Amino acid sequence: MSWADIFLEAVFYVFVLLTVFGGLLAVRTQILMYTVLGAGVAFLGVAGLFMFLGSLFLSMMQILIYLGAICIVLVFGIMVGYTPRQVAEQGIRGQNLLLAVPACIASIVLLRSAVGRTIWPSAPAAERDFSLDAVGVHLLEKYGLAFELISVLLLIAIIGAIIVVTVKEDPR
Amino acid sequence: MLSQDLKTYLVVAAFLLIIGVYGVVQRRSFIGMLISAELILAGAGLNFMAFNRFIAPEPAVGQVFTLIIMGIAAAETAIGVSFILAVYRQFKTIDPIQLNELQESCLCGIPEADDGPVVPSGGEPGDQDI
Repeated sequence: MSWADIFLEAVFYVFVLLTVFGGLLAVRTQILMYTVLGAGVAFLGVAGLFMFLGSLFLSMMQILIYLGAICIVLVFGIMVGYTPRQVAEQGIRGQNLLLAVPACIASIVLLRSAVGRTIWPSAPAAERDFSLDAVGVHLLEKYGLAFELISVLLLIAIIGAIIVVTVKEDPR
Repeated sequence: MLSQDLKTYLVVAAFLLIIGVYGVVQRRSFIGMLISAELILAGAGLNFMAFNRFIAPEPAVGQVFTLIIMGIAAAETAIGVSFILAVYRQFKTIDPIQLNELQESCLCGIPEADDGPVVPSGGEPGDQDI
């Protein structure tokens, strides 16, 4: 194992740690802006994992869509909607924490053991074509219907969001 | 090497799923629940990419699926944030526990004298403070 491989492995660990601690920060902090920050860090880690999975394109798309669009929309939602006293939320009130944390830990241990016990079939590792050309051809030929549907879904989401937000306030 | 192993990615994706479910259950505001749902979707995309990289014979399919998941996540966030803003303008609260009535007249059951924010029973005052 050369030094480049060791360095790459270290970078991989860094991305895994970013994902894990970003997720923990996103669900455990009490200030909502920190929640968005933690989710952004987790998304950045997932983008790095995509790069290790061989797709630089998806890594860039993850950063563009999740960090560039979704996090900004969430920050807008926090800043526009809530009064400053409400940008912090109280944590869980108590007794359910004793049930929720062991349930989550047990779930992840069970999933880990299931993943570890399964014998995955290994694919032929040769001629992997992760190039952008293949993705584009697939999007426009084989999965053209899904591509069109996602376009229509985004259009409907935009129009629906505008309609929902600009609805008249109830005069009470 | 862990970076060339399928199980590492699956465990990270499972962690994202579990922590997203935990956040959805535990959060006391709609924005927090929405962010946790985004974490679940990110874990699903990571799973798709990992299986595509190590098992699937067609390498580009997982990327297409993950792109579609990202599009759905973006649409979900836009709709979710607009709903949250509309709900906050209508009911003046971010606590999901206080929003347990679909019908608006139930929240208007408080006498018409005060026009302050409607706080139904169950939420302690000052609960949202730091």
